[in-house]
Parts: sequence; C-alpha cells; structure tokens
Amino acid sequence: MKYFSLIWASLFRRKTRTILTLLSIIVAFMLFGLLQAVNQAFNGGADSADADRLITNSRYSIIDMLPVAYQRQIESVPGVKAVAFASWFGGSYQDKPAQFAVFPVVPDEYLKIAPELQVSPQTLAAWKADRTGAVVGEALAKRMHWKVGDKVPLQADIWPQKDGSLTWTFDIVGTFHNTKDKANGDSALLFRYDYFDEARQYGQGTIGWFLVKIDDRRHAGSVGKAIDALFANSDHETKTQTEQVFAQGFAKQFGDIALIVSAILGAVFFAILVLTGNTMSQALRERIPELGILKTLGFSNRAVWWLVLLESLLLAILGAVLGLLLAVFAIGAMKSMLTGFGITEVGWRVVAEGLFFACLLGLLVGFAPALQAMRLKIVDALKA
Amino acid sequence: MFAWLNQIVQVSWMNLKNIPQRAGASLVIVVGIAGVVGVLTAILSMGAGFRATLGNAGFEDRAIVMRNGATSELSSGLSREQADVISGAPGIRRDANGKPIMAAELLVIADLPKASTGTLANAAVRGVQPGSFLLRPEVKITQGRMFNFGTREVIVGKQAAMQFSGLKLGSRIAFRDSDWSVVGIFEAGGSANESELWADAEVVQSTYRRNGFQSVSVALENKSALKTFKDALTADPRLQVKVSTMKQYFAAQSEVMSKLINVLGYSVGLIMAVGAIFGALNTMYAAISTRGREIATLRAIGFGAMPVLVSVLLEAELLALIGGAIGALLAYLLFNGYTAATLGSNFSQIAFDFRVTAALMGQGMVLALAIGLIGGFFPAWRATRLPVATALRAE
Repeated sequence: MKYFSLIWASLFRRKTRTILTLLSIIVAFMLFGLLQAVNQAFNGGADSADADRLITNSRYSIIDMLPVAYQRQIESVPGVKAVAFASWFGGSYQDKPAQFAVFPVVPDEYLKIAPELQVSPQTLAAWKADRTGAVVGEALAKRMHWKVGDKVPLQADIWPQKDGSLTWTFDIVGTFHNTKDKANGDSALLFRYDYFDEARQYGQGTIGWFLVKIDDRRHAGSVGKAIDALFANSDHETKTQTEQVFAQGFAKQFGDIALIVSAILGAVFFAILVLTGNTMSQALRERIPELGILKTLGFSNRAVWWLVLLESLLLAILGAVLGLLLAVFAIGAMKSMLTGFGITEVGWRVVAEGLFFACLLGLLVGFAPALQAMRLKIVDALKA
Repeated sequence: MFAWLNQIVQVSWMNLKNIPQRAGASLVIVVGIAGVVGVLTAILSMGAGFRATLGNAGFEDRAIVMRNGATSELSSGLSREQADVISGAPGIRRDANGKPIMAAELLVIADLPKASTGTLANAAVRGVQPGSFLLRPEVKITQGRMFNFGTREVIVGKQAAMQFSGLKLGSRIAFRDSDWSVVGIFEAGGSANESELWADAEVVQSTYRRNGFQSVSVALENKSALKTFKDALTADPRLQVKVSTMKQYFAAQSEVMSKLINVLGYSVGLIMAVGAIFGALNTMYAAISTRGREIATLRAIGFGAMPVLVSVLLEAELLALIGGAIGALLAYLLFNGYTAATLGSNFSQIAFDFRVTAALMGQGMVLALAIGLIGGFFPAWRATRLPVATALRAE
C-alpha cells in the first residue's frame, strides 16, 4: 500500500490520455449497469415471487374469469392454509393507460396472504370503513403526489359501471409498504372487491385469479394438482402453479426483445473493453523504459510486476466503480419515467458482476506489460 | 484561396497516407463508432419493425368499434344486439348485393407452446365472419384451404405458424378440450393479423362459452365517411362505444412498445456515443502527439494553422465515416428482416420483422460524423496551438 502514491502518479503521468481512457471505461460500465437493470426488469416478477404461494387461474387463458365460490372449495384442499383472490382492473388514469396495477381485493384476506404488503392498523381500519377506499403503494403515491383523503378517478376499460359510466372514483385511505417486490408491488392500487362486484355492469361473482397459501413449499405440486382436480370437467377448469413459475412464464412472453437487447449490448460492452484494453496496454508498454530506472533504484522484479499490474487494475476498478455509480444515479433520475416498465434500481448482484469484469479487464490488460516489465534488463531499458 | 486549399489537400493527403502506420489506434475510432451506429440502428429497427407491423393494417378507410373506454379489443365487449345496431349505421361501404361490409369479431386467447422456448405463450384467436375477409382483402390463403364455417377448423397466420409449435398445416390443436384442425395458412399484408389464428366466430363463441363479440370492424365508404359513421353511433342511446379508424387504433397499440424501444435505443446510443467520443479524442490526441514534430515542421516551412486543423478533422471524419458505414451495414446484414415476437397490448404474441430503414442508417451516419467532429476538433485545435519552436525541440 505504501506504493499507492507512486502508482497513482504514474497513472496520471499523461493526464489527458488516462482521463479519456477512464471515461471510456466509465461509459462501458455505466452501460453494463443500466443493461442489467433492464434485464432484471424483464424478469422482475420472477425474483420476488413466492414459492409457497400458488396462483390458480383459468386453465385456458389468463383472460377468463373464475367463480368466486371456488374460494371455499380450494380452502378445503388439504395443505391449503389460506385463499384470497384478485382481478385485473386495468383502466386509464389521466387519459393514459394506467402504468400501475389496479386490483379489487378483499382487504383482510388479501393482506393475510401477502404479508409482504405492510399496512398500518389505522389504514386498514379506515379502508374497512370506507367502501370506495383504496390503498396504494408508497412509490405510486409519491409518483402521483396522492395524499390520504384524495379522490382518484380511474377510467375503466374492461369494467364499466352499471349505469354505463366509466369513471370509478377511489378514496385514498393510506399507503402500503412492500418489503419484497421493489420492482412492481409498490406501484399497485388495491380497492375493495365488494364495491367492485356491486358496481360493475357484468361479471358479478367472478374473479381473475386465486392466491393460495400452502403449508409447505414441497407440497406445491401435489396441492396444485388437487386443486385442479376439484374443477376438472367443470365449466371453469383451473390451472394452478407456483407464483414463481407463473411470473417466469409471463416474463418469457416478452422474451425475444429482452434477449435481443441484452445480446446486442453484451457484445458492445465487450467490444468497448477490448478497445480500451488495447489503448491501456499500449500506454503501459510505452512506459517500460522508465521502469528500467525503477529497477536501477533497486526495485525488485516482483515489485515492478506488481506496480504495473496494480496500475492497470486501479484504472479498471476506478472506472467500473464510477460507471456503476453513474448507472445508479441515472436510474434514480429516470425513475418516474421508468417505473411503468418496472425498472427501479441497480441490484447488488449487478454491482458485483461489474466489479468482477473490471478485475478481469485490469488483469488481462496489465498482464502482458507487467510480464515484460518484470523480465526487463536494466541495460536494455536504459538504452532504449 | 487556391494556395490555402492546396495546403489543405497536401497535409490531409499526407495524414491519410500515414493512417496505416497508426492502424491500431485508428481502429479504436472505427470500431467504437461502428459499435455506436450498429447498436443504435439495430435497436431502433426493432421499434420501426413493430410500428410497421401494426401500421400495415392501419387503413384510414376502415373503422373499428369497441366499447367505450376500451383500450384494446381484449378489454372491449359488445353484445349481439349492439353489433346489429352498428351494422345499420350510415357510412359503411356496401358490397355488390348492397350488404354492408362489416364483421363482428371475437378475440380470445389460447395458451400454446412457443416454438423458441417450448413454454406456453398467449396466442390470439380471432373469431371471424365472412365480412372479415371482404373487409381485409389483403388476407390470402397461401397453403391449404379456407376453413368451413360451422366447423372446428382454423386457419393460421403465417407468423403464428412460425412462432408457435404444432400449428403446421394438418396439425390438430386442442382449445377447451375440443379438437380443432389447421386447414390453412394465410398472409395478411405483413400486418399483425398474421400472428393470429382465425376461425368461425360462432364456433369460437360456443367453444369459449361467450355470447357477444369484442369489436365490430367495418369498411367505410371513404375516409371522410368516418364522421358520419361515428356521429351516428355516438348519438345512438343504445350504444356506448368508441369508434376509431384502424390507423388510430394500431398507432395507439404500438405506442407503449415504441416508447420503450425508443427510450432504450436513444439512451443507450447516447451513452455509447459519449464513450466513442472519448475513444476518438484519445486516438486523435495520440495521433497529434506522435506527429508533433512533423506538424511543427510543416508550420515552420509556411503551412498555415487552418490547413493543419482541417486535415486533422478530415482524418477523424474519414475514420468516423468508415466506422459508421460498417456499423450501419452490420446492423442491416444481421438484423434486417429478423423476426421476433413479443407480448402486444391484446395480451397475445405479436411477431414482427426488424426493419433497418434507410432513414435509420442515415441517422446513424449523421451521429458518426458528429462523433468524429467532436473527437477530432479538440486535438486539431491543440495541434494548431502548439508553439512551433517548442514542438521542434521536443524529443
């Protein structure tokens, strides 16, 4: 560590070049950070989904509704601890399709099965007292500047009211905090099923999907089969799978786009690294004669090897750290624009991967010049 | 003036002839810029292809009627009676027998295995009427035959046949425990309909236990008949519907995806452009510094500062141009016509071809030249600022 200032000084021996190289590395890693965040967004739900929660929806397609009466029947299946349900409301807010999930639910049941949604007792009491009440995710409330007591009008696209009116007005009674799903859950609006069922024009007594809490995740397969067997050959057959499998299947439907984007960007990331590496190692090679002087002063071969390698590593890691930081800030700044797409942050795994690639870059680039420097004969070096 | 031009030509020519000696460094500019242009063009071509696929059915003389508030066919619903009322509205074109050209259609979803992943994905199944074909004359059966109305037969869009496994001519598929057979493959002028499965609306209704429809599509007498048609429907107390031309409808459908792709493409492109500028600056500074003495010598024997500046800029621009051309060409060769599929706003798979258009490539080239200009200017500026005496003395 005592040589740090020496390494630092030699790094900035040619300021312009080093700074420009550093900036290129920063850009490459910023891109890497952003890209990984996008990737995560496409697969977002899959990470936060719960393995001991099952989703039961219509066997044929996600758009078909199920009778709400199934709830009691599913509860009777051995291994099932609790059952709640929700439906897709959709809708538009301020003339644009709502960039957040809107679900009608039964407050107590739904919160019991989704303990990651934390609601204060006061909020819950207020919600149960107000038939048109709704709770919203913290992130959503912040983004929309909604406060408790606000009336939020949504325009229905699927569900007009009985009188043909499209406007559903909800009273915001409070917010909830989602401890798990940072990508999407914070951006949901939950309102009461009894209000929904009574006011909607058609479809009374039907819901979109059931959430089933089971006693042990190892029983997921057998419990799922038992549920589906209950309704086999009925008018509404069901398909039950773990939340995780459901989310993965959904993410795969966007599949191609995510795959193509990440393939293109991955290729570019490595192209930038190769080019920058080329510049870096050229700069190191130019300086090899100077290293002869260090050796004259009594630096050992090993020390010179370390000096060169560390210099290259330092540059790569410095660039990577700054680049990843920039990616974090960029995503923070664009948050409001991106939440609709589920992109919210650069995760720790991404940072770790980035640092790994930075070390790899530093080692690969520094290795050859370091070897050359180590084997350097003082006489040759000084002659050059 | 002529002497000045002559100087520029002389110095530039000398520079350009020297590029091969600095091949490694010059390559940084070329490859860097090729990367920027290639990626930007490739990503945006995805958006262009998606818009084009939805736009291909975007006729202004066809209208689609959905329930008021619905944002896509899937979220819409119309009853049989409403469909009848709509068919009586003025402004609809009539066929030779004087019947209005219109079709009440269903759009439902079937889970089918996707060929690329093997996992289930949403396929759009459209229940159609004879009018559906009159309305869309671009629909042509390319293999097999038309389905028979009243039977469990289905024709499959060209793209759907490729995206999903088990949709070949003669295949049998199960919807709702009933057995259907694929009797034909159709094309629809490259529109989103090619990602759909078509069958008789009545049979689809009974299979899916539905009574109504999702939408009513009509052919208008002409573009200006929209107003007549729309006004008649909006004034009718029996209906609460939204009327849009196919063009408006599909433009709205592609909006979200277009926005996502554009945000992604331009922000990634911008970041990469900045990176490429740093790379270009680095290379050009290095080029200047190794040629410091040479430039000083030129200045000493009477060459002006301007010709030197122009020559450095020209070199940067030439490298940028080569890089940009390589990038655009690569994007074209690799991605033009490449077929991908994603989840559209009807919650079903829409396949589309990437379109690397001339406009996109042109835009890429402009960006390349801009990067070259910025990357070349500052080093060029420095080259002219260097005091001749100092530069000559330098090692």
